[in-house]
Amino acid sequence: MFSGSEITALFTSMGITHVVSIADSTIGLWHPALEASPDLQLVRVCREGEAWAVAAGLYLGGATPLVLIQCTGLFESGDSLRNVLHDWKLPIFAVIGYRSYLNQDTLPGDTCLVFTEPLLDAWRIDYRLIKAPAQRDEIRAHYVACRDAGTPGAALIAEGKA
Amino acid sequence: MSDAKERMPLHDALLALHTARREDDVVITSMGAAREWMTLGAQSLDLPLVPSSMGTAPAIGLGVALAQPRRRVIVVNGDGAMLMHLGSMVTITAAAPANLVLILADNEVYEVTGAQPTPGSAAGRADGASLDFEAMARACGFRSVFHFSNAVQWAQQIERVLSATGPTFVLLDVSSVPGSVGPRSPGPAAARARELRRNLTPGIA
Repeated sequence: MFSGSEITALFTSMGITHVVSIADSTIGLWHPALEASPDLQLVRVCREGEAWAVAAGLYLGGATPLVLIQCTGLFESGDSLRNVLHDWKLPIFAVIGYRSYLNQDTLPGDTCLVFTEPLLDAWRIDYRLIKAPAQRDEIRAHYVACRDAGTPGAALIAEGKA
Repeated sequence: MSDAKERMPLHDALLALHTARREDDVVITSMGAAREWMTLGAQSLDLPLVPSSMGTAPAIGLGVALAQPRRRVIVVNGDGAMLMHLGSMVTITAAAPANLVLILADNEVYEVTGAQPTPGSAAGRADGASLDFEAMARACGFRSVFHFSNAVQWAQQIERVLSATGPTFVLLDVSSVPGSVGPRSPGPAAARARELRRNLTPGIA
């Protein structure tokens, strides 16, 4: 849906200083451009639960981090994001890949489509579903709204094949 | 603890750190270490990670260290918590912040839940051999690695340890505190987070 350079330009325009991420088959295509950018730092983590904690530390230290993971990593993240977003009430923003939303050829009946949005609701994460490239500015607008309100948020980006 | 390994009291280990830390160091503590640290007197850049998501203290410390590269960040973690997010040792060395010190207070038990053996402990493993965190830290690529079992030697060496080029890993063999409870939050977490951020970044709202 987006190229690495488009995503990098978007994050840079949002003032993001650090992208804390694990690759999937879509997000991974963005990593080279993110890593090449002089305006932000890509921080690779080993599991998604870590990503929220690293982002929390970055935020406490005055940086402007963003968590970039797949929805399967959201499933893995539960206790960490609960602590960061709801105990410490840190306004961390995430961009989350929505596996199989556009194409289930690889994984017919992928249960990511069953659980992702209810889980975001359960964790009380205000999200916007991005289904087309024309919605790119909605990511920035939602980020700005969350930042100004001091609340967490997410953009859920529809992905193709797993 | 029934093993014959020399161990230092956790309180003594932390007292040495409390004495040696600089005012501008960030000190993040978790679980039993947070409980003991809070008895030593609070400073403005302390973060007792209570409430916590168990095991995330090193990752939070990494984030602070990357955001504040001119400031030393010290994390005191327990072995049970370390095992829960073992990959954090790799995440830290991948980013390689020279200003991060990860101290592992290893008592081989889940202390605050009643001292059950961890899967890394001699008592918790089929082979009866404790996990070698020191070797693990070296294998993960920590630039400086230290190991102490004696509180006097730890106190004597601590200045050298804290001034080593990081990322630094320090393994401390500590004794568990029988009958101890989990740490209690010193106040509302969100307010403490805001205060720490203000203290770290004057001028940022």
